[in-house]
Amino acid sequence: MKNLPLDLPAKMTLDVMRPEFLPITRVRSESRDVFTLEFEVSRPGGFCFAPGQFNMLYAFGMGESAISISGDPARPEKLVHTIRAVGTVTRAMQALRKGDLVGVRGPFGRPWPIEEMKGKDVVIIAGGIGLAPLRPVIYHALRHRETLGKVVVIYGSRNPADLIFTKEIEKWRKKLDLQIEVTVDVADRSWKGHTGVVTKHMGRMDFDPANAIAMMCGPEIMMRFSAREFERLGMPTKDVWVTMERNMRCGAALCGHCQFGPSFICKDGPVYRYDDVARLLGIREI
Amino acid sequence: METQSLARSLRDHSLVKGLLDGHVEFLSGCTKNVRIAPGRFLFREGARADELYLVRSGKIALEVHDGGRGTAVVETIGADDTLGWAALNPPYRWSLDARAVETTLLFAIDSTCLRQKLEADHSFGYAFTKRLMNEIHERLERVRLQSLDVYRVGS
Repeated sequence: MKNLPLDLPAKMTLDVMRPEFLPITRVRSESRDVFTLEFEVSRPGGFCFAPGQFNMLYAFGMGESAISISGDPARPEKLVHTIRAVGTVTRAMQALRKGDLVGVRGPFGRPWPIEEMKGKDVVIIAGGIGLAPLRPVIYHALRHRETLGKVVVIYGSRNPADLIFTKEIEKWRKKLDLQIEVTVDVADRSWKGHTGVVTKHMGRMDFDPANAIAMMCGPEIMMRFSAREFERLGMPTKDVWVTMERNMRCGAALCGHCQFGPSFICKDGPVYRYDDVARLLGIREI
Repeated sequence: METQSLARSLRDHSLVKGLLDGHVEFLSGCTKNVRIAPGRFLFREGARADELYLVRSGKIALEVHDGGRGTAVVETIGADDTLGWAALNPPYRWSLDARAVETTLLFAIDSTCLRQKLEADHSFGYAFTKRLMNEIHERLERVRLQSLDVYRVGS
């Protein structure tokens, strides 16, 4: 361990490089190119993770991809991943069916600051597939509702057809103690919801910017615009958290592919306090 | 009496909130209440723009019709939004369609009357235009973000 280039926790031995093979128990299509894979984890204790963490998923013969866990952290017996088919590996995963095996390494990464939510209003901003890594936070918030202030979810998508978790969103809408707005960039007349960007709704939701914590996941540009809007609303930057995405390969910050300025997203992220990364987001070379 | 009641309601709208009482009364002299039913158009592209609207409640879809490609909704407007800057700027023509998605209540401010008042009282003109500038700035930020198509795969 002393010869490794990084200061790794003791548990990060070479075992983190060895996948556990889990059979798919359910495949669900969320939209044209987004799907959810569910795995039953029968071993004692199940698959424990914290909201915001990710796994490296291996598709046989194709390779690995870093995918956030989108399930309920209180149900470790069921591992859930929601995936967008954008590359060779994830397209291969889209073709998998119930009973097929997938290699799983993880969980990796720094989770969302769940403990800091206590006693505060919680504002969740999700864009596109970015709702997947935030869904465990929403599950946690609903399960610990009495410990939190107001809970706000704003979810943006390119168009109505690309919205994910739509049935679940309808269930969340019925909850009186959860404010949720869904908006799309472009729509036709059949869409009865909001058209426009997520930033429009931020100032119209009922929360106290001076006593709130915000968590955002989506395209970096969306998060930058949203961070500016939080600043305009008077929310301290230290209370705004984002999740970053780069080229994660090993999952343990050994290979260096995930380097993001002075940090490694696999180990130091993917969740960061916005004021820790804001300067880096403006550097084109990173 | 009716103008005073209108002035009280106007004060609740974000564009008006905080304006001096005299300015609000000044503005209410150009204002009337409008109600529009779902499916009806508030205005159509190309028509003369002669009112500025402050939305009280409901939802309006701003639409652009594109020949054979159909109609695209570019933004929805709701409570506390302002609509109709075209009514303050030549050639005073609407550049898109505005259709009510839900029953919508609005304040309609006569633009000729408003322009005259903005010229007649520069203190009012500055206060009102400053608010409008802020609204335009926010809208421009949103349009920039929307035009980037950030959710496109590979973006």
